[in-house]
Amino acid sequence: MPFIERTFDKCADLQFPLVREWKQAHPGAKAVAYFPVYSPVELIHASGMLPVGLSGAGDRLDIQHADARFGSFICSIVKTTLELGLTGHLEPFDGFLFSSICDSARNLCFVMKRNFPGMYVDFLHLPHNPSSPAAAQFLAEEYRRVLAELERLSGSKVSDDALRRSITLYNRNRALIRELYQLRTRDPQQAPTWELYRLIRAGNFMPVEEHTAMLEAALPEFRARGAKKRDSIRIVVEGSFCEQPPIALIRLIEEAGCYIVDDDFAIGQSWFESDVPTGGDPILALAASYLDRAVYSSVRHDFRKPRWDGLVEKVRRTQADAVLFLIAKFCEPAYFDYVPYKQEVERAGVPHLQLEFEEKSFTFDHLRTEVETFVESLVFD
Amino acid sequence: MTEKKEYRGSIHQRQKDLMLAWYAQLDQAANTGNPPTVTMMVSGNCVELLEGFGAIPIYPEVNALQLAIRHQSLDPILAAEELGYAADNCAYVKADIGCILKGITPTDGKLPTPTLILCNFVGCNTYLKWFEHLAKLQNAPLYVIDVPFMRADHPTRFDVEYVVKQLQETVKKLEQLTGRKFDHDRFRQAVDCSRRSEELWSQIKHLARRTPSPFDAYFDAITLMGPLYVYRARPEGVEFFEAALAELQAKSDAGHGVYEKEHFRLVMEGPPPYPYFRTFRDMFAKWQACAVASTYSTVGGLWEFGFRHDPDHPFESVAMHMIEQNVTNRSLLQRYEQLRRYVEEWNADGLVIHFVKSCRLFSAGQGDMRDYFTKQLGVPTLYIESDLEDPRYFGEAQTRTRIDAFFESLEHAKATASVRVGA
Repeated sequence: MPFIERTFDKCADLQFPLVREWKQAHPGAKAVAYFPVYSPVELIHASGMLPVGLSGAGDRLDIQHADARFGSFICSIVKTTLELGLTGHLEPFDGFLFSSICDSARNLCFVMKRNFPGMYVDFLHLPHNPSSPAAAQFLAEEYRRVLAELERLSGSKVSDDALRRSITLYNRNRALIRELYQLRTRDPQQAPTWELYRLIRAGNFMPVEEHTAMLEAALPEFRARGAKKRDSIRIVVEGSFCEQPPIALIRLIEEAGCYIVDDDFAIGQSWFESDVPTGGDPILALAASYLDRAVYSSVRHDFRKPRWDGLVEKVRRTQADAVLFLIAKFCEPAYFDYVPYKQEVERAGVPHLQLEFEEKSFTFDHLRTEVETFVESLVFD
Repeated sequence: MTEKKEYRGSIHQRQKDLMLAWYAQLDQAANTGNPPTVTMMVSGNCVELLEGFGAIPIYPEVNALQLAIRHQSLDPILAAEELGYAADNCAYVKADIGCILKGITPTDGKLPTPTLILCNFVGCNTYLKWFEHLAKLQNAPLYVIDVPFMRADHPTRFDVEYVVKQLQETVKKLEQLTGRKFDHDRFRQAVDCSRRSEELWSQIKHLARRTPSPFDAYFDAITLMGPLYVYRARPEGVEFFEAALAELQAKSDAGHGVYEKEHFRLVMEGPPPYPYFRTFRDMFAKWQACAVASTYSTVGGLWEFGFRHDPDHPFESVAMHMIEQNVTNRSLLQRYEQLRRYVEEWNADGLVIHFVKSCRLFSAGQGDMRDYFTKQLGVPTLYIESDLEDPRYFGEAQTRTRIDAFFESLEHAKATASVRVGA
């Protein structure tokens, strides 16, 4: 769909034209970036500011300075995010939120704080013990603390009603994403992931109202397509929840004979399995939803229900033939989870393949061969 | 070798005896099920709480580092990699998992399956994964104490309440698992023992402000750290630190340092390369360079700036220790500040940053730290890379060259400065 391509090109532009245009149209209003994976965007939106999900710089920025600040063995997204700042690309942003996803991203938050003292940089502690009856209250207080900072930045107070309106808007957006994902799981030939992914990811850079309109326009178009089913295998992609693989790689995987029937790309945008309640205390509703309504993820820890059970359930629900572990180089949460995921997927009798990428990779010949060989081994088994 | 003598006195033997007694208790627990045992992380540990149950801690990273010091870490690391762990996963985790798979223990005695795996997560995300994997592998119950990270100068009231509530939930969980009632008096006594041990430990660390320092606050401090984590909440711990302080005080009063002449005073950042511990130490000994302070020795707790456990507020002070008073739960900028104070107040000539690939908590961003110390503060800084557990990442010749070059330039700077003073 041409409108998806047009918008996505603007999203990938490191001058951030969509953010600049929004700021021009809203004089005095501010934009707040957030690092993956999940962020309570409703708080930023309700403050009258533009939330922007910034997932590194892809393959559009050479790392000149950030290598020296972070050393070897650190993932690319941490370095390109700092590089964006050190090269002046973050000028349109007034704030940057980080959260407790991993040690490298956490340390990046404080390096950013030191290097960009003019920017509001904050760290959100998302709880790792949802079993505790005290966790919801703690997170609600944490959200209130961040909201107070956002109010200071925007210069205006946020009412409960404004928060409820934002929650309603994002609920609608997330519900549409869920619907598109269900369509893809059912009829993957109608909605190839390389296309659907761009549509969804565009939401990271646009006002939610506009993105929702885009999703609403795209849904009937995907439905109406009369695409023919190919002889591809159905796979679930797991492990790309933070640093994002190049689109060319996603497309290559599909062309090599895979239907991606579920994935965790840009998973923050479909973080909740059902709507966040809009009655009662909206902050508490957002906090409680993080604990009890969220999808499983390598960066969310809930020892009541292991993530590997979540993956096996997902494979069954989507009737996938296999799992592709697509892991960003040096991503420690994904490396760790690979072991129990692999064990449980094997126990369930599901074949799997592991591939490693970097956001800035541009040659994929060896990956193509690996995927093709894997597909052949399944098709001709 | 210019090193006069490695600091030993009676402390070395005493700590060895204490640690062996701990492993003997763990062996007994493995054979009889008594005492109850709790797997914890060294950093920000709440060993005081265990005393209320007569339970003892298991520290996987202490087991892992013992193995590395004895050059036995590679086999278990390779066993874990065969299971699917990546070359770039933390090697402490791999060594620990590999040891469980292969039945290796640090003393050849047995290690018990823990009564509870208690993930006292303090800033180290790797621990969340590690302890989940241990619970799966050992089929043991898991509880996570979620400790809010230090994202401002001080914790909020809500941070403290949240941790206190989880400590109380841990008590309930341990009551169920051990069938024992939590002994509040014993808990309070344990907190009081910790307070006393911490006071003594803090005094020891302040002895290093003298010139010469009577001990190396990196290499020798590690000898003292085992008892600090396992025994600080018990009378044996208090006795140990009383003896250590007395001995070091006497040594210092007699004017004795670590070397014939203390030539350089250093601040050390990051964990040591345990697989090459002796080799690495000798590279500094050659230059008669003594560490006067180190961040690694504050992993278990940050006491030299005044914090103590408080028997009048036992739960709150345990919570404060876990949130604010250990280096791993503090922000990178708070670590810069800690190092800056060390350089100034402990009167150091330079800063050595040891990047270890296993530990992103310590290492991610250390290049920015170097930038801050060299460019903003003008502190001579050496940056080297290796690992704390995996012997494959230590480049001996390259590390030696860099260390020699650093000291040569420090020596040159000192010589020019004294010429200038003389003129």
